[in-house]
Amino acid sequence: MYKYDAIDRQLINERVAQFRDQVRRWKAGELADDEFRPLRLQNGLYIQRHAPMFRIAVPYGMLNSAQLRTLGHVAAKYDRGYGHFTTRHNLQLNWPKIEDVPEIMAELAEVEMHAIQTSGNCLRNITTDPFAGVAADEVIDPRPLAEILREWTTFHPEFAFLPRKFKIAISGTREDRAVTWFHDIGLHLKEQDGQVGFTVIVGGGLGRTPIRGQVVREFLPWQHILTYCEAILRVYNRAGRRDNAYKARIKILVQATGIEAFSQQVEDEWAYMKDGPATLTQAEFDRVAAHFTAPDYEKQDEVALPTEKAFTKWVDRNTHPHKVPGYAAVTLSLKQHGVAPGDITSAQMAAVADLADQYSFGELRISHEQNIILADVKKADLPAVWEKAKAAGLATPNIGLLTGMICCPGGDFCDLANAKSIPIANAIQARFDDLDYLFDIGEIDLNISGCMNACGHHHVGHIGVLGVDKNDSEFYQVTLGGRQGNDARLGKVIGPSFSADEMPDVVDKIIKVYLESRHADERFLDTFDRIGLDPFKNRVYEGRAHGKAKTAQKEAA
Amino acid sequence: MAQLIKNDTLAVDTWKTLELAEGETPESVALPAGDIIFPLAVWQARKTEIISCHKRIGLLIQPDELIEDVAGDLEYFIVIAVNFPKFVDGRGYSTASLLRQRYRYEGELRAVGDVLHDQLFFMRRVGFDSYALKDGKNAVYALETGFNSFSDTYQTSTNQPQPYFRRRA
Repeated sequence: MYKYDAIDRQLINERVAQFRDQVRRWKAGELADDEFRPLRLQNGLYIQRHAPMFRIAVPYGMLNSAQLRTLGHVAAKYDRGYGHFTTRHNLQLNWPKIEDVPEIMAELAEVEMHAIQTSGNCLRNITTDPFAGVAADEVIDPRPLAEILREWTTFHPEFAFLPRKFKIAISGTREDRAVTWFHDIGLHLKEQDGQVGFTVIVGGGLGRTPIRGQVVREFLPWQHILTYCEAILRVYNRAGRRDNAYKARIKILVQATGIEAFSQQVEDEWAYMKDGPATLTQAEFDRVAAHFTAPDYEKQDEVALPTEKAFTKWVDRNTHPHKVPGYAAVTLSLKQHGVAPGDITSAQMAAVADLADQYSFGELRISHEQNIILADVKKADLPAVWEKAKAAGLATPNIGLLTGMICCPGGDFCDLANAKSIPIANAIQARFDDLDYLFDIGEIDLNISGCMNACGHHHVGHIGVLGVDKNDSEFYQVTLGGRQGNDARLGKVIGPSFSADEMPDVVDKIIKVYLESRHADERFLDTFDRIGLDPFKNRVYEGRAHGKAKTAQKEAA
Repeated sequence: MAQLIKNDTLAVDTWKTLELAEGETPESVALPAGDIIFPLAVWQARKTEIISCHKRIGLLIQPDELIEDVAGDLEYFIVIAVNFPKFVDGRGYSTASLLRQRYRYEGELRAVGDVLHDQLFFMRRVGFDSYALKDGKNAVYALETGFNSFSDTYQTSTNQPQPYFRRRA
């Protein structure tokens, strides 16, 4: 993976010094709260419901074991011994002290980590596919270009105060696993006439106004990625709305302008920069790409793996095809039933770091589904990895299954949330605690967000759950049929929202409709696409008072 | 009064900015004598008049005004002031980049308004060379540390047209 050189190290050290001084001036009253706020946000520091929240970047999801050990160490030393992995390659600490944050940053800098631009109205962390470099369906490894983009976004002087946050995702596989259709810029790497480049998608996003992105340029040779992004950002920085934060994302600008006119504006702007000094060179690509070469794989003989049911279930759900024979990628599930999805303790981080060192070349990745991936495990080592992962509580075989859900921190922690999300997740996990039943239900994405900001990506869940606030009470709106991938689309709302207590039953009814209606080879989504929303809706609202009847019921009570 | 930072030192501001009082319009406002920074609308309405009675002319541009609209007039201006009504409104950075990089403006480029210590580094990078630091802020400390937060940069910008990757040894 990428190793810092002198400039990279110098810049993050200078960032620590800069923030230390900003905190000092804020404490001394030289910086007003409003003046300090964007500065702390651009260093990942929020002031939250109970305490500050500190968001650490894991650029394009890559970590080495030393970095994970340090994350575990800072979580233990400065927080309550755990952290939370988000859907955008970040680790969040929920209880640090503001005064400690410069020290945490300094400790992170020692292992080439930072919290730069993990929040605020600026260029955010670049995200990609957690199986980059090992996926069997990979066309091009996106990581060198992701690193080049990371450097370009870092302290960009013209785009530090955008109308709103700006997220870029990059994918290099046939099947998109980076949610590129729902990012401010989504980049699909591909080859065309022997040339490597991108399809550039712009103006996608989830949140309050979910919109699928549109293609702004069908093919852009890779050398032009920085100048082309500059052109998009300049158009957005100047023309994006600043009068209303809810209408300030680039998706709103693209919708208002129309994709063709927007595309023309970008092309006009780009014409001035195209082929300029920011055009990437082969030498720079090669320098960065040299950090992402394949590890020293060994030739593997066929091995006979144990046939124990628990193990084969885990292999079935938590391992993934690898392009090198004899190897597999392993997902360590952070979706143990009863634990907040995405949460990991310091002890678990240390255990995972050991696993990476022993079985996966000392490296690991974070997925947007909030799990950890050991990308290069010998198949012969799978039993040992399983035993150790199981001992650490990281082997729940539920990847891609109902309880392997995505979930934001929600109202237990987050100031923005309208409703709690973790208790809903835990209640559903408790209801569906039978592994055989989970396996029978099969592949299904359940995504839960505690508010319309959609950190839990509820819009693209096969079942999406959104926390809403009605008269100061927490309710949950359910959508069906959303999906990520090449055919990414938004789910449809099934009807009026539910109370927290009703949610396990609601999910249960939805699952029952699927089980009763499915053809032998159908996953949940296939059945949904065939039979549509109504059968689910009818079952869920069957016998439920609504409209006038509901009002009468309430009055009677 | 804002404190003017220019040429790496605290400077005396000799310019006055024309402000339209209530009821005044760009067409009707009296044009004062001296070194005046004119709002863009006044310049557009009274260009010939201003040129005939002023040797030294300044222009004030707001975040929602497009520098393209006066791109042909840049030779008239000794100073262009780019206003930041709120420091989180980043449009002025693009205005400055365009003035320097596309239109090759070489006169004084001044950041005015909500100009604070922690944005000076970025402002210099995009091409500002004078800064009306907000009243009440420590200008000496800003001068000392605000411009050298980072020792180098990755991207191209006005004050470093070559990206770091082209400058690697």
